[in-house]
Amino acid sequence: MTSGDTGGRVDPGAEVVSRRVRIQTAPPPSRPAALERNGASPLNRAAVFDARDVSVLYGAKRALAPFTMKIYRNLITALIGPSGCGKTTFLRSLNRMNDSVSGFKLEGQILYHGHDVYGSGVNRVEVRRRIGMVFQKPNPFPKSIYNNIAWAPRNLGMKEDMDERVERALRDAALWDEVKDRLHDPALGLSGGQQQRLCIARAIAVEPDVLLLDEPASALDPISTLSIEELMQSLKPRYTIVIVTHNMQQAARTADRTAFFSLDDNRVGTLIEYDDTEAIFMRPADPRTRDYVTGRFG
Amino acid sequence: MLYGLCAFAAVVTVLIIAEVAYQVITGASPAISRYGLGFLWHSAWQPNFYVFGAAEMLFATLVTSLMALVLATPLGIAIGLFLSMLAPRGVRTVIGPLVEMLAAIPSVIIGLWGVIVLAPFVQEHLEPWLHSVLGFIPIFGSAQTTGLSVFTAGLVLTIMVVPIVASLSRDLFLAVPRDLQDGAAALGATRWEVIRGVVLPTTASGVIAAALLGLGRALGEAVAVAAVIGGGSIIHASLFEPGTTLAARIINEIESLDNNLHRSALFYLALILLVIGVLTNLVAQAIARRVGGDQAMLVR
Amino acid sequence: MSFQPDPTVPLAEDPATSGLPDPTGPLTASGNLRRRAAVSRLLEVTATASAALAVAIFCIVVYAIASRGLGAISWGFLTSDLNPVNPALGGIAPAIVGTAVMIAIATAIAMPLGVLIAIYLIEFAGRRSGRVIRMALDLTNGLPTVVVAIMVYGLLVVNHGDSAIAASIALAIIMLPLIARSSHQVLLLVPGTLREAADALGVSRWRGVIGVVLPSSLGGIVTATILAAARAAGETVPLLLLTSLVTAQNVQLDPAHALYGMPFVIYQDLESGVPSGITQAWGTAFVLMAFILAANIGSRMFLARNRSRLGL
Repeated sequence: MTSGDTGGRVDPGAEVVSRRVRIQTAPPPSRPAALERNGASPLNRAAVFDARDVSVLYGAKRALAPFTMKIYRNLITALIGPSGCGKTTFLRSLNRMNDSVSGFKLEGQILYHGHDVYGSGVNRVEVRRRIGMVFQKPNPFPKSIYNNIAWAPRNLGMKEDMDERVERALRDAALWDEVKDRLHDPALGLSGGQQQRLCIARAIAVEPDVLLLDEPASALDPISTLSIEELMQSLKPRYTIVIVTHNMQQAARTADRTAFFSLDDNRVGTLIEYDDTEAIFMRPADPRTRDYVTGRFG
Repeated sequence: MLYGLCAFAAVVTVLIIAEVAYQVITGASPAISRYGLGFLWHSAWQPNFYVFGAAEMLFATLVTSLMALVLATPLGIAIGLFLSMLAPRGVRTVIGPLVEMLAAIPSVIIGLWGVIVLAPFVQEHLEPWLHSVLGFIPIFGSAQTTGLSVFTAGLVLTIMVVPIVASLSRDLFLAVPRDLQDGAAALGATRWEVIRGVVLPTTASGVIAAALLGLGRALGEAVAVAAVIGGGSIIHASLFEPGTTLAARIINEIESLDNNLHRSALFYLALILLVIGVLTNLVAQAIARRVGGDQAMLVR
Repeated sequence: MSFQPDPTVPLAEDPATSGLPDPTGPLTASGNLRRRAAVSRLLEVTATASAALAVAIFCIVVYAIASRGLGAISWGFLTSDLNPVNPALGGIAPAIVGTAVMIAIATAIAMPLGVLIAIYLIEFAGRRSGRVIRMALDLTNGLPTVVVAIMVYGLLVVNHGDSAIAASIALAIIMLPLIARSSHQVLLLVPGTLREAADALGVSRWRGVIGVVLPSSLGGIVTATILAAARAAGETVPLLLLTSLVTAQNVQLDPAHALYGMPFVIYQDLESGVPSGITQAWGTAFVLMAFILAANIGSRMFLARNRSRLGL
């Protein structure tokens, strides 16, 4: 561990912890191959999420086989893989959006800054306050553009000048110039790409800690898609971003780290490989990863 | 031939409405020509003396129906929210049909229960308590009551209107797109905030239409109201006094007519009821049609 | 195990001054969430209490009918003729039969008409005529029963006196929109391909509908009819206006005369206030309610079991 990475400050606790982590990440017998090599990433970059032996069942049917991974602060982490292999399930489990799905059961632990997201005494609303989500299909409220953004901050009692807050969110979402003259027009009158950026603006207006994006550009045209990707890069310094995407090229373009999910032999979703994006795409360790990223299937 | 039969059936449908209007208007016309519009605000009703006025009944009809509307709408909406958003699936499948079956109880049985069970309860417990707490408000003013009153009639109507509003609201709330609610929840909103910010605004028109349908039901109810309303003929400020509604008067007197003008006066009452009922229904239909458009907008 | 945030990467805002929750803190309610969660809880409690109230009222009413009515039921009660002077000595057989006769006639009128209207709306109606018919149906559905009854009163009773047929006509008018609307919904579910197949085979419209479309919807139509009949069985106002001057106290079948009906007996007893009459009223209410509940629960179970077969 070099002190250069941390600007001179060495954190002995983190060093001990990461060494412990490195030992633990030798593939444990109970889990399928879940490699986490720390390659080029600074070892002491904080982990925002620590998923430990996490698996998901819907009723009796297992949707995700147990796996372990960490998601790091201020990085864009992409979850890729063919459809139906649990990427979205895992994403939605991070902020407890699966709670309303009947039969949902999570085994293992998801730690967020060290706190168990599914622990007793955890307030679900608080979880979502800190971990925001943007959905695949844009879902603006049938309200004005202004009120779409202002609604949640008002609930939260954010007292400061709402106009300023709305403008800031729209600027950050690269939508301000297009809508600044029609803030009180209905949001449903915007185009698909604009609506999605509005949803992103809405999510960041409450200043969450993490942004979860579920295939945010899959319903959009290529130009809107690119603008969303630029948006993510600009948001990265201030948020931790996790994105599910079908689009491998998008993951390769934007993500710092990539997790490849697929179906195992029992047709249950599972984490195959998780590494820096460059490693996943250039030097995949698992043959299944290699097959996927080179387009041999999926 | 199928076409002929179907067309005949369709014509019959329209004919029914036309015939209703025709019969009621012609039956009422002697009274209309004799009393004109003044019928609406004269309140004396003495068939023997050819004195007829609808004001008291109009008043009681409006008061009982409004009371039912005011009580049943929030209750119905709350139950609709419970059945659509808050109750677990198992509870939902039991309570939902129970609420709907409350509407299936015939009004004459509600009337019977109202007289035998509800009215004494109201007389011995509810009205005295309300009078002691809120007696300074004129509508709760009377101290001595029999339990057969405008108030009891309003309660009975509430029981009949709640299932209508509840079932319709529940269907409306269930139709709010899941992803809209998810979007609100993902912003760190509590359940109530999701309901207040997304569910209620998008269903507002539909809920209003449902309330109007409930109002229509209350306006037209005859038997249950007649059983518990006490048959008074003076307008009082207090709800605890007896009264008579338009429908109740008609069913009470139709079989014991004093003279032909009496019959015509009853037809006149029916005409008023027809006009109010049709207006309420048309407004509800118009709003419901608009709801179809709004909800189509949500499904993008 | 709690990680220290990487100090080289600035946080969005310093939590201490912005009032934002510290993201690394415990996941319990922060800021104003405690109050908002309490408000949300209040709503849940209110909604649950409202539902409980509705269920309670239902149970109270049903319990009253069961407890007070059961005692009045006996074989004699169900088969004896009415005794207006001393109801305790009589039964309600004429009323049960009368209701059955009137419902049968009303159903015979309303069901074919309702189904025909539904077929018209699907197969033949243009845009405007469809809208007119639907509006007429909705209006009819919303008419106060007093108004419907008084229409038939003016049409028939004024000149011909009370009769069960008059009441049946009024009941048929009340049932018609219910059957028409439900049949319409059920018929809409029949795939157009089925109808096209019949057409392609050169089958006439008539046979196509009767032979192909109707049978697959029959279950839904019958269920709707039963529910409408149950509703009509409980209607009192048509009986009060159109068939209240009953002369015979024994079982009669001729609908050209006034017949007793169960709701009418209940109302008469209720208005008279005589204790034995009240007992008879509860007994009659029990019988009527039993029929209505059976029809409702039976239809629900039938629909639930046959959802796929009926195409619902």
